[in-house]
Amino acid sequence: MKREIQGKRVIISVLGKDRVGIIAAVANILSENNINILDISQTIMQDLFTMILIADLEKSKIDLATLKAKLKEVGESLGIKIDAQHEDAFRYMHRI
Amino acid sequence: MFTMQEIMETIKMVQEEHLDIRTITMGISLRDCVDENHKRSCQKIYDKITRLARNLVPVGEALASEYGIPIINKRISVTPIALIAEAANVESYIDFAKTLDRAAAEVGVNFIGGFSALVHKGMTKGDQLLLQSIPHALATTERVCASVNVATTKAGINMDAVYQMGRIIKETAVLTADRDGLGCAKLVVFANVPEDNPFMAGAFHGIGEPECVINTGVSGPGVVKSAVEKVKDADFGTLAETIKKTAFKITRMGELVGRAAAERLGVPFGIVDLSLAPTPAIGDSVAEILEAMGLERCGTHGTTAALALLNDAVKKGGAMASSYVGGLSGAFIPVSEDAGMIRAVDEGALTLDKLEAMTCVCSVGLDMIAVPGDTPVETIAAIIADEAALGVVNNKTTAVRIIPAPGKNVGEYVEFGGLLGRAPVMSVNSFSAVDFVRRGGRIPAPIQSLRN
Repeated sequence: MKREIQGKRVIISVLGKDRVGIIAAVANILSENNINILDISQTIMQDLFTMILIADLEKSKIDLATLKAKLKEVGESLGIKIDAQHEDAFRYMHRI
Repeated sequence: MFTMQEIMETIKMVQEEHLDIRTITMGISLRDCVDENHKRSCQKIYDKITRLARNLVPVGEALASEYGIPIINKRISVTPIALIAEAANVESYIDFAKTLDRAAAEVGVNFIGGFSALVHKGMTKGDQLLLQSIPHALATTERVCASVNVATTKAGINMDAVYQMGRIIKETAVLTADRDGLGCAKLVVFANVPEDNPFMAGAFHGIGEPECVINTGVSGPGVVKSAVEKVKDADFGTLAETIKKTAFKITRMGELVGRAAAERLGVPFGIVDLSLAPTPAIGDSVAEILEAMGLERCGTHGTTAALALLNDAVKKGGAMASSYVGGLSGAFIPVSEDAGMIRAVDEGALTLDKLEAMTCVCSVGLDMIAVPGDTPVETIAAIIADEAALGVVNNKTTAVRIIPAPGKNVGEYVEFGGLLGRAPVMSVNSFSAVDFVRRGGRIPAPIQSLRN
């Protein structure tokens, strides 16, 4: 359990109307803070731009709470919803 | 790694289907706070609660942010105060209630449970004083919740206590008449009460529990409803299977958050309560799940069967998802806290009698029911006795949280706001139970063999 709590991987989800520069904006925040992108996928679901990005905070300069705040700020300026969640929230639900 | 679909499923559950952790409840033993000087006892209680629960709210908020799932309530349950206050040389336990209220406010929790007594077989002096203190305690505090266990399968039903609770409920309603009888929303009468229930108003920290523990309760009716809607024409096997799988996923979040909270607070993890707890939000309703199964309105014929299926499937899925299950663990059917239940009552589909039948197959009992303010004490006591009998005979927990709404009649509403919601005043049977209730004494424990 201890190891799981200390895991550093987060799921970043981006939902909203598609426009130029979404990926760049998110990737910028991550690279500025030394956060590695492990996986990235995107699709259009019911006219909604959906991007899921898995990132590693192992060597990050900032913690998850700060990252969330930065992503929220950028999301608001682009008119989209961006959130970051610890991967355990998904692992617990979808993996036995 | 995860598929896009899995990730979106989780996000959708939270954003669109109201999945949340209803409560993280810290159970705290107050057994070392006994003192014959009641001021000293209250000081020990205050110090202990504020010391152990100091980080409860910040930890809850941090976890909600990290996992991206709302944690609606952070709460505290304590050892039944009747046991702690009994040694004190006082004639009222109001000061203990006020101490709990102050401690809860200090650490920022919205409810603290445990102004309680266990009187299923008889009452001690401390139990008697606690019961007498309940109406004023609930009227003069904001966060304190009270509960009284009046029956168990092994002891039978303490009808003296049942009758007295009828009077206490009426008195509590009158003392909080300016708030529609709000005090009664914080008072539960139990049969077979569990010792590790994280949900208010009935939570207390049982005597078999450790020094301090974290229990969690999940809320996910909206998620189950949307899953049920996806198997609209499927047979019952498929329906049950769908609910089981959904319950598993919901409960895993409770397990994750509970374990993480316990670890960060440095206390043992207790249990996940598998109850499906509705909120007044549209779409977060147990009644709407039953309607999604194919009933025109909750309360019509077939409702008890549908609820039995739902309750059992939730337990089967949830038990697999958590290492320790406890508390009440069953679907809740509180009227005021469930928009679908309110609608069913308004439209005449759901009556008090049908609700009573439904409580045979789910937790927790007649919950958040408003009845006319002039309902006789004996009728309220008889309603409690009926519900206790269901619990005692069927080896399950049942409870009554009933509000005799001061000055109100059938067709009117009581308004509490927030999670407690609003309740239509329901009609009760007008025939008297006075001579039955006034007999006094105890209904013997039922035989547990020859079960038909």
